[in-house]
Order: sequence, then structure tokens, then C-alpha cells
Amino acid sequence: MKFTLSWLKDHFDTDAGVDRIAEALTDLGLEVEEITNPAARLAPFTIAQVIQAEQHPDADRLRVCRVLTDEGEKQIVCGAPNARAGITVVLAKPGDYVPGIDTTLGVGRIRGVESHGMMCSERELELSEEHDGIIELPSGHVGQRFVDWLADHRPEAVDPMIHIKITPNRPDALGVRGIARDLAARGLGRLKPLEVTPVPGGFPCPIGVTIDPALKARGCPLFAGRLIRGVTNGPSPDWLQARLRAIGLRPISALVDITNFFTFDLNRPLHVFDAGRVKGDLRIHPAAGDEQLLALDGRSYGLRAGMMVISDDQGIESLAGIMGGELSGCTEATTDVFLESAYWDPITIAATGRALRINSDARYRFERGVDPAFTLPGLELATQMVLDLCGGEASEVVSDGAVPETARAYRLDPARVVRLVGMDIPAETQRATLEALGFTLAGDMASPPSWRPDILGEADLVEEVARIASLTRLQGRPLARPQPGVPRPILTAAQTRERVARRTLAGLGYNECVTYSFIDQAAAQLFGGGADAVRIDNPISSEMTHLRPDLLPGLLRAAARNQARGQADLALFEVGPVFHGGEPEEQALQATAILTGSAGPRDPWGSRRAVDVFDVKADAEALLAALGAPARSQITRKVPGWFHPGRSGAIGLGTNALALFGEVHPAILRALDLRGPVMALTIRPEAIPQPRTKSPARPALKLADLQAVDRDFAFVVDARVDAQTAVAAALGADKALIEQVRVFDQFTGDKAEAQMGAGRKSIALTVRLQPTDRTLTEAEIEAVSAKIVDKVTRATGGTLRG
Amino acid sequence: MDTLDTLKARYLAAVAAAADESALEEVRVAALGKKGEISALMAGLGKMAPEERKAAGAAFNALKDEIDAALRARRAALADAALEERLRSEWLDVTLPGRPRRQGTIHPVSQVMDELTAIFADMGFAVAEGPQVESDWFNFDALNIPPEHPARQEHDTFFLHRAPGDNRPPHVLRTHTSPVQIRAMMGQGAPIRVIAPGRVYRMDMDQTHTPMFHQVEGLAIDRDISMANLKWVLEEFCRAFFEVPSVELRFRASHFPFTEPSAEVDIRCSWQGGQLKIGEGDKWMEILGSGMVHPRVLAAAGVDPDQWQGFAFGMGIDRIAMLKYGIPDLRAFFDSDLRWLRHYGFAALDMPDLAGGLSR
Repeated sequence: MKFTLSWLKDHFDTDAGVDRIAEALTDLGLEVEEITNPAARLAPFTIAQVIQAEQHPDADRLRVCRVLTDEGEKQIVCGAPNARAGITVVLAKPGDYVPGIDTTLGVGRIRGVESHGMMCSERELELSEEHDGIIELPSGHVGQRFVDWLADHRPEAVDPMIHIKITPNRPDALGVRGIARDLAARGLGRLKPLEVTPVPGGFPCPIGVTIDPALKARGCPLFAGRLIRGVTNGPSPDWLQARLRAIGLRPISALVDITNFFTFDLNRPLHVFDAGRVKGDLRIHPAAGDEQLLALDGRSYGLRAGMMVISDDQGIESLAGIMGGELSGCTEATTDVFLESAYWDPITIAATGRALRINSDARYRFERGVDPAFTLPGLELATQMVLDLCGGEASEVVSDGAVPETARAYRLDPARVVRLVGMDIPAETQRATLEALGFTLAGDMASPPSWRPDILGEADLVEEVARIASLTRLQGRPLARPQPGVPRPILTAAQTRERVARRTLAGLGYNECVTYSFIDQAAAQLFGGGADAVRIDNPISSEMTHLRPDLLPGLLRAAARNQARGQADLALFEVGPVFHGGEPEEQALQATAILTGSAGPRDPWGSRRAVDVFDVKADAEALLAALGAPARSQITRKVPGWFHPGRSGAIGLGTNALALFGEVHPAILRALDLRGPVMALTIRPEAIPQPRTKSPARPALKLADLQAVDRDFAFVVDARVDAQTAVAAALGADKALIEQVRVFDQFTGDKAEAQMGAGRKSIALTVRLQPTDRTLTEAEIEAVSAKIVDKVTRATGGTLRG
Repeated sequence: MDTLDTLKARYLAAVAAAADESALEEVRVAALGKKGEISALMAGLGKMAPEERKAAGAAFNALKDEIDAALRARRAALADAALEERLRSEWLDVTLPGRPRRQGTIHPVSQVMDELTAIFADMGFAVAEGPQVESDWFNFDALNIPPEHPARQEHDTFFLHRAPGDNRPPHVLRTHTSPVQIRAMMGQGAPIRVIAPGRVYRMDMDQTHTPMFHQVEGLAIDRDISMANLKWVLEEFCRAFFEVPSVELRFRASHFPFTEPSAEVDIRCSWQGGQLKIGEGDKWMEILGSGMVHPRVLAAAGVDPDQWQGFAFGMGIDRIAMLKYGIPDLRAFFDSDLRWLRHYGFAALDMPDLAGGLSR
């Protein structure tokens, strides 16, 4: 919402300057976004007089002038054709910034003659486009500030423009008068009375109006208008044009400018029909649904059934409350005008405006709510202005419907205001505030004025009182802790896990990313997603159409972007939500990390080796351990299709997969345009069982005093036998004695097959025996060893390697 | 037979002349070995007369001790020399790089969430969570934004697809963290103090907007919590978060459908040479929106507005991260440029806590 200071002062008596007004507006909730003050720009310039102008010795078009200024006589070289002795001019001195030429002046030397300033044109001062010569003032004395002269003779040229942001609850502030009322309630001045004198009609209105019964109850409670005949629709007067220009509107013609003026002055949008082009009566009704309307913006709109329109005998002439039709619009040739003032239902207007994507000043106001009680007074005031500016004779008013009932009252509890806001506002101040805003008080009940549709309860009264009292004055008051003493921990087990996951992965050397929750459908489909249930109906780009089913696609795309920037060695992770459906509860937390490129840079130690599956497996195990997963778990090959089928695994407890790790399927990398291979790990923190006991105490540490015995075994097995099978079998050989079994070597590939036969490999285990009560004898060790060999060979179908 | 003095001189000379461990051992065996010269002398003691034996024994023992000491000293000297020699040959170019170790980082959004948690936990706020796909009831209606409210349009909402035949209003990607207020109050009732950090979504993408960003919601409901308490909590938060001795906040009346009265909150600051300083200067910068929870919102969440009152606030996490850490561009938060992650990220062990200060 834009307005100028002088416009505000039409409604508001005040001594306050623009700065104080701006500060108050922002504090009142009418946040000032911008103030354009032409006076600030023009402040340095003073009035001077040319006392002599002579031809420049070296240039035909230049004159050397002697100019009388507030600092004595100066020599100024000037190229303007009208520079001559005796004229009163506007002077810019060395050091002054001249806005129209974006230059700070210095003492110049023009073709050998010194020049101590410049006499300005209107364009150079951004007053108008006029640049045929320098400004010649009809009055003014030497040394007078030019802005002061303008304030007296051309006030619109120095009228500050104020742009404020209007919150959706304040339709009343979409008119200058509403803003003035707020400022008056704050005590910055006095709201001037608004006199409404009805204009008597000289004849019956030849155009009748009817509201379709379907709309009367809600869509259009009241429609009024009147004919004004014999008008002259020329340009509007300068003051009106200047106002509209100041707020960024283009003056069109007196009639149109009047409707725009009422829109901004009193938040009363109006419409003018060229009555000569209206056939028969006007009817307000819902559109049937297949009509087209050529609107005033020059565009044709296809209407949907139910949209409110105004028709005459020829068809639809106007989109009610949003935009008039081109065919019945006023032009300079208009002599008879039908002036419309109606009250439209905000919800219906909003729906139509949204559907047709028309953003007009009328829609903006009607959908927020104009004052229904002001429909007829607004029509009277506008009639008077048409008569004043365009002449003519007004008919009687025609109308259908009635002002909708808005009367309501809420209890004002001054003590509650104080208790909620925490600011001491005396009861009488509270009542005075509401009255200044137009509320009517009866006992402790307050009735809001008809222009405040947002006031819908006691809480709204509190807000009005607090707002006018000024929240800037609010002093902070300590909020005690819920319980005295050391604060209790507040994170849930799941929240702690999420943090630990994040910090563990960062500790393992991964860089945390935050990628978008929505991805493109093709990528989503690669990871089991992309269904309609997770489709966004109004995506902002084709790359963000579906909720992600997994964190991998986002991380892989991030890796591809980094590769394109020349970063090949990447360790990235994300901990965040994934979506397996479109319902609120179909969201889960996931932690995913990827590795690609080399484990390190080229260096003398050979660190530059390609990352592999066992890097991410180690990290997955470290992460599980950090999250408190049980140490004993099994590896299976049950992994989703986006992993390499032979180079990936799941770490699980029974059927519950806690983590996935492995190489990403090469087909996925190809689809996402990524250089590979890429290793990935994924865990769902929620899948890890919570520890049964909450006690911080650890179980007692049992240290054996007796020396442990290590024995190594090598087995020849089928190349596709998992080491896990051998380890599990060895562990099972003597559960009491065997403390640990580790794979310490494997021998695979061509050389191994040459020695051990095609399709064979060797795996080497080291078994640690930990006696608890006495030292083992050699015979006992031999017995356990034999059992281990027996178990492992039976489980793997292999043999002990000789 | 040599006199003892001669004997001593000879062996001491031999010890001194021994060039290595084995030469020294030869000397030792020759003198003190079982068949050594001095051992032989000692063996001869038995045949001597008692008087003579006493004097000779003392002399032999002294000789033996002296040679033994000389042997040990020489051995130590030889070992020292050998070590010296080894160290002279053992040389590494220690300016070569160490074995590489990857440095991971925590994203600024996560770091700031942990900072928020540390500060608000101290004031008794728990962390509440809610889904990012929300029903329009939680995202709008319960927050006093009925279907035709103009504020709905200002939210630039993303809608989820509805299958044909499913006539429920479409779910939305939550446009703010405020629906978590409703869920938290429905779940736990009053009194309650929670913050709810998380992702939110709006259909907006330009120089300063991304379609996803992060907010933190704050909610405190009790019998007598006032807007003055709100101001204090925010002052304490800003002072602690921005790690400055003091801050000054300005409350400005505003409008949010879910609070009444509502205030936008500005913080005093200065901008000098592109450097933001919080707590000083003559500029005001808007940092958050807040207010007293609207009675209709309390009622929607099943909390009796005649019994309970309190405040709520919401602020952009990415934005306060940018302000605190001088990060210029929001879009880069979600681009995962490794150079950015390394530059603006935090070490894994930089876990914010109040005892050690939030940042290092």
C-alpha cells in the first residue's frame, strides 16, 4: 500500500514529520517498506539569479554567466539556450550530487573557462522529463532553498511517498483513511471528520439492477449504482494525476482516475460502465461456465461455472469485484456513465481471482474485506467527485440487496490484557484506544466497527490494545525454569541417536550434506519411489517432483555435481527424512553415506587406492556400534536392487536389517551420470533395538589371569563360500573356550586356483582360546583344534589346507 | 709371572683397545673366564698360607673388580658408539606428508540446531518433532488459517497428489514448523515447553529463497506466561546464540493467524564493511515472528484457553546460521559443494554446549 504524506494529511491533522510517522506506522504493525522523499534529493539546491550572460570565447553554444548566489557572485558556464541575464534559476554548487545526471559536481573548466557550478533543468533534478532549457522560476529569492520554494508552489514535487506492508488482517489499512485512523489512535494527530452529503438524483436511473437469488445470501449481498449523464471524460486534474503517479499508477481519464482514487483513499473500489454501451438492465449472476470475457487488461478470460459476473442484455460486461469488461469500459468519448458500488463476498472473489490469476487492486481489497456499510456512502462521495471533475447530472441511486449484518460484541477484560501482554495498560486507556479505532463500547462489551472484519474475538481486542499501546515499550521478564536446579535432559532416545549418527559419520571423515526432500521422478523410480502418492501436484521444477524414497539419489546427484567441478574423492553423508508414502506417518529417518574416488591423495605411501566395499562396511559397523547395536550380527545378501548384487550386503539381527553396505549398482550410476564405482552405506536408526536397561552402570569386567592361546588354521573351500560360514562354525566348536575367531588372510584368484584347483580359495582363521580355571594342556588344545577343523570343514565343505 | 700391576695394566689396555663387542668378550674370557688368568690366580689362593692368602685375596679381588668395571664401562661406551652410528644412518625426510586422514564435517544447519537445543534445553524446552507431509488441518486449520484465509496463499504451499476418488483435501508439505505446536500440545497437553526445529517447504526459488529451508518453532504454555516472558526468552536466546555480551530486541506489532497479539522481532545491529555486529549499532534487523498463542489454536489442540496461556515463535534456522557465521548465500546450503561443506562445516567433536561455549 502506497500513499503520500500530503494525501495522509487530507484525513489527518498532525505536526509530526515523515520520520515520526514512519516509525509509528512500523510500530503499529503497518511496516514501512520504503519512503521516497524527493525533498531529501533536492535539499542542497538553492535559488540564484543570472546577472550577466556572455558568449563563450571558444564555443558557439556556451555562455559564460555571472550568477548571484547565497555565496556571492559566481562564474558559471552554461549551454542552455535560455540562459540569459535576469532569470531566476536553480543552482547546484561544486560538491552537490545532481540526481538526473548521477554526478557530483566539481569546479570545472569548460573550453578554458572556469565554471563554479551548474544551473539545472527539470530533468537534471528528476522533476520531469523537461530538458529544453534550465529551470526559470517565476519567483523566489537568491539563497532560498529550492525545496522550500517547491513546498510553497509545487507541493506534489516534494511529497514523500510511503510504502507500507499490509498484513492480511488489516483491509481497513488499504485505504489512506484507515492508516490515518491508526495514527490518530496512537496519538500522533487528529482524524479529520469525513462528511458524506448524499447527492440528490435528478431523474430515475434508466438502468435497473438485480442480484440473482443464488448470490444474494452470500456472493453479492448489496449492489448499488446510478447513472451520471452528460459528463466530459478528459484528463483528471493535476493534483489527482500527481497523487496517482506518486503511488505508481498511470493516470488514464478522469472517470477511471476517480475509481482508482477511491480504491486507495477510502478502500472503496468502484467500477464505471460506459452507459452508452450498456444495453438494458444489469444483472449480477453466476457464470454458466462456457463464457469468455474480454477484460480491461486486454486479455480474454474463459469463465468457469459459478464465477460472479455482471451482465446486460448483450452478455457479460464485467467480472464482479475483480475487473471490468473492455466492451463497456469508459473512454474519452464516454458521456453517460454508470457508477457501481457493491459489496462482494471475500471468499468468492478470492476463489475467482485465484482461478483466473487476475491480480487487480479491486480483487486484492474485496478478498480481504472492504467496509460493507460504506457501500452507499462511497457511492455518494464518488458521485460528487464525478460531478465536480466531469460535470453532468446524476440519477437516483438504484440498488438491490442490503448491507450485510456484521454487528457483534466481545468482552473487554482489561486485567486479562495486562496478564497476557505483561504490560501495565490502565483500563481507561484500553477503552479509549478501542474507541479511537472506531469500536463502540457498552459496559464491558466492545463492538468492532464495520470496517474491521478481522476482529472476531476477545483476543483480537487484546491485540488492538497492545498494538496501539506499542509493543516497543514491552520489557522482558524472566521465565523461571520448570523445576529449580540443574536442567533435566530433554532429548528422546531417537533424537540422541540421530545426533550420534551425524557426529559419528563426520568423525569417520564424511562431509554432511543437506539435500532437497524432493527429487525428480526418474531418480525416485530407481530407488523404489516415484509413485503418485508422493507426487507434488505443483512442483517448482521438474527436478523436484517427488518425495525421495531414499537418501542415496540426492547424495549421488550431489556427488555428480562435485565430480563436474573436478572433485573426484568424495565422502558425503546425510541424515534426514525419507518418504515411503504420501501420508504424514509414512516418513522415516535414514542415515546414508557414500564414498567414491580414492581413499586418499597420491602420496609416497601409496594412500591413493580406490575406495572399496570394506571401507563402507567398516564405517557401517562403526556407526552401528556407536548407536548401540548388538555386536553379534549376521551378514546377508538381501539388499535392494540399487546395490551391486555381488558386492553388497546387509548387516542384520535375525530378519531385521540394521544396515546396508556395498557398491552402488553400475546401472544406477549410469542413469545418474556419475563416474564410479561408488560405495554406500545406509542405516535406519529406528531399526536398531533400544538397550533393555537404562542403568548407566556397566557389567563387571572379567579379566582372565591365564594366558590365552592362539591357533591358526587355513581351509581350502569353494571360492563362493562366505568366510562368515567358517567363522561361525569355528565359534561353535567350543562356546566356552573360544573367545574370538578372526579371518586373517585369504588366498584367491588364478594363483590360488593353480595350487588348489579351479573354483577354490583358501581362508585363514586365527582362533583365540581363553582358559578360565587352569592352563590348557597340549592334548586339550589338540582336541579343540580337531573339533574346529571338523566343524569348519563340515560347514563349508572344504578341507584343512595342508 | 707378571706382577699384579703389570697384569692390571695389560688387561686395562686390552679393554681399552677392544674395538667391538666380540674383542671385548675375548678380553673378558682371557681375564675373568673360568680359565682366565685372574680366575687362575684366585684358584691358587687355596694353596697359600692363611696370612698370605688374606692379603693376596684382597689384592686379587680388587684387581678383578677393577677389570670388571673397565669391561662394563667399555661395553657401555661401545653400545653408545654403535647407537650413535645407527642414528647417524637413520634419517627420514620428515617434511613428507603424513598419512592422509579424511576430515568430516557437520553441516551448519545441523550445528545450529544443536546450538538451539543446548540453549533452550537450559530453559526447560524439550525438542518436539512432526511429519513433513502434513494434513491441511494441522498445517492451516488448527492454526486458525481457515481454507479461504488470504494467509494460505501467502504460504506458497506445495500440495501432494490425491488419488482420484480420495476426496480428502490434499496433504501439504508443511509450510512452517507451527503444526508441531499442535501435535505437541495434543500429545502432552499443558504445561508444555518445546522447540521444534526442522525442514519446511514453500514454492519460492530465487536469489534469496529456496523451496526447502529450516525453521525452529518455540512454544511455552503455562498458567501465566506473558508476552514479557517471551521477550526475555528471546533476549536470552539471542544473547547466548550470537555469543555477545548483550542484545537489544524490539517488538513490532504484526499479524500471524495463530498468535494474538503478534509481534515481529528486530535485533539491534550494525553493518560495517559487510560485517554484521549484533548488539550494537543503529540498525534494526528482523529476525523472527512471535506472539501469544491464539485461543483458537489452544482450543484446536485440546488445551483450555481459559486455563492456559503462553507464547510461540518461529525463526529461520538457515537465516540465523547465515547471520552468525557470515554465510552469504542460502542456495549453497543445499548444493553440497564439497568446498562449501569444508569451509562452512564444523568438526564432529564441536558439539555445542553451554559450558564450553557454543562455538570455538
